[in-house]
Amino acid sequence: MTILLQNAVFGLLIGGLYGLGAVGLSLVFGVLAVLNVAHGELIMLGGYVSVWLFTLWRVDPFVSVLAAGPLLFLGGAALFRLLFTRLASYSEEVRIKNSILIGFGLALVLQTLAILAWGADERAVTPSYAGRVAAIGNVVVPLSRLGAMALAFLVLGGLHLFLTRTRAGTALRATADDDQAATLVGIPIGRIYLTAFALGSALAGVAGALVSVSDAISPAIGLGWTLKALIVIVLGGMGNIFGTFVAGLFLGVAESMSGFLLGNAYREVVGLVMFLIVLSVRPRGLFSR
Amino acid sequence: MGAFVVGALTMLPLVTSSRSVLTWGFLVFLYAALAQSWNLLGGLAGQVSLGHAAFFGLGAFVTRVLWLGGQSLATALAAGTAVVIAAGILIGAPTLRLRGPYFAIGTLAVAEILRITTGNLFPEVSTLPARSLAGYALAPRYYLALGAAVVSTLVVWALARSRFGYGLAAVREDEDVAEAIGVHVFRHKLAVFVLSSALAGATGGIFGYYHLSFYPQFVFSPLWTFDALLITFLGGAGTMWGPPLGAAFYLLFREALALRLVEIHLLIFGALFVLVVLAFPGGLIEAWRMFASRWIAVRERGG
Repeated sequence: MTILLQNAVFGLLIGGLYGLGAVGLSLVFGVLAVLNVAHGELIMLGGYVSVWLFTLWRVDPFVSVLAAGPLLFLGGAALFRLLFTRLASYSEEVRIKNSILIGFGLALVLQTLAILAWGADERAVTPSYAGRVAAIGNVVVPLSRLGAMALAFLVLGGLHLFLTRTRAGTALRATADDDQAATLVGIPIGRIYLTAFALGSALAGVAGALVSVSDAISPAIGLGWTLKALIVIVLGGMGNIFGTFVAGLFLGVAESMSGFLLGNAYREVVGLVMFLIVLSVRPRGLFSR
Repeated sequence: MGAFVVGALTMLPLVTSSRSVLTWGFLVFLYAALAQSWNLLGGLAGQVSLGHAAFFGLGAFVTRVLWLGGQSLATALAAGTAVVIAAGILIGAPTLRLRGPYFAIGTLAVAEILRITTGNLFPEVSTLPARSLAGYALAPRYYLALGAAVVSTLVVWALARSRFGYGLAAVREDEDVAEAIGVHVFRHKLAVFVLSSALAGATGGIFGYYHLSFYPQFVFSPLWTFDALLITFLGGAGTMWGPPLGAAFYLLFREALALRLVEIHLLIFGALFVLVVLAFPGGLIEAWRMFASRWIAVRERGG
């Protein structure tokens, strides 16, 4: 029983990061109808920002979040200008199809660049508090993971406030709802597209830095994170921040439980199978309108 | 023209026994066949699958296990392809109900499930035993790959001219309109999906017969899917000559780059793929047509 509970706690803690990893992808897809399958590679880059800041200057990974977010924001803006601006003129169906193809190529480019620059090895951040845990009864809670989860929750809350309480956030949501109507009421949708993509990338950067707090970073982790993000989006509903967070927690717990019951090698498979089942029941996602 | 090219290629092993020439030819045909099988589904029917490696890998794996287990090559290849056809029906029926991005992601998820599970169940490297190595000859592999490339290209040629092919084109352009004019969309999609899978599986089987040693997980790598997409788009998606042309170009380029660094070629091909999708959606074939029509125009003006 304790072991099950322990696994559930681990699942919840990693699940918070799944939610954060997915929300950027969901935002970009919701606003631009661009499915950036290189999102996981952006998470990987955020992880490397933290790894390098730690290796060079012993910067705490929680502080590195403040660098990874803005850096990936700029990187995302550049990628959007370079690769995705042209897509805006296509119909939604063509836009999605082409963005998947472009993202597929981009993922390969980013992963290979990371291997060339930093090697294929795993790198880890080892702050002084790395191994510390808090015990609640018989269950232990690793403090670094708890901190990452709390920060993920705060970032998602901040994003929610931004989207609902500010003019820019309202403009983003309006564009997501109907880009033609948004244009008609004077929203500069070109700039909104750019902002949404950069913001989505920044969220990936923050997620990556938080992943580095407790897990090793390597160039190959991208595809796994993209798939997790897609699973979470389908489970939690497109453009629904709260749903995304809950779905992340759910995926985390499901993976961790099945890892315990079926063996660790199958934890990723369980998420993917769940994803296929949901898709075959609801071909456009669980919370589609 | 096509028959002449194939005839010349058939003569090649009689003229030369150079390993590098035959290997290069083998790889061009293998990749041409793999890309052509994707072209059927993605180019003719417009269904962008990101899980093509699943069928290539399954074909390679089953064929190799049976062949190394003592079955004749023909039996092993036929059984491998049959397994892939069954898998194509099992996987296609649910995923083809998904539309647009969900189909692409769903097929990617299937391929990843197969890759991870194969890696878990069969972690040991698969190597040809000494007795097979002693009698290893490139020529039969060369002919098999040539056959696969020719057959898959003929399938695309025949389909593009058939009633079924027109139905696929309608599905590609607009599924709702296709349904409205009387095309049974799902049946068309499933048929082409299974056909495409079978060709990819047979191609995989040939690879399993060719390659000296590999980890079972390797043949399920998403890189096989990427190569198929890259070659198809390089040559021209939805055209008959695009994939063979793209494969020849891809392998020439890869050989030139591989002399320097293995990683660099992935980087360049990734960037090249993005460039083709963005700037030349018609690929080499389209670029050639544009060039040719301009040339004719210039000549007519001059003459």
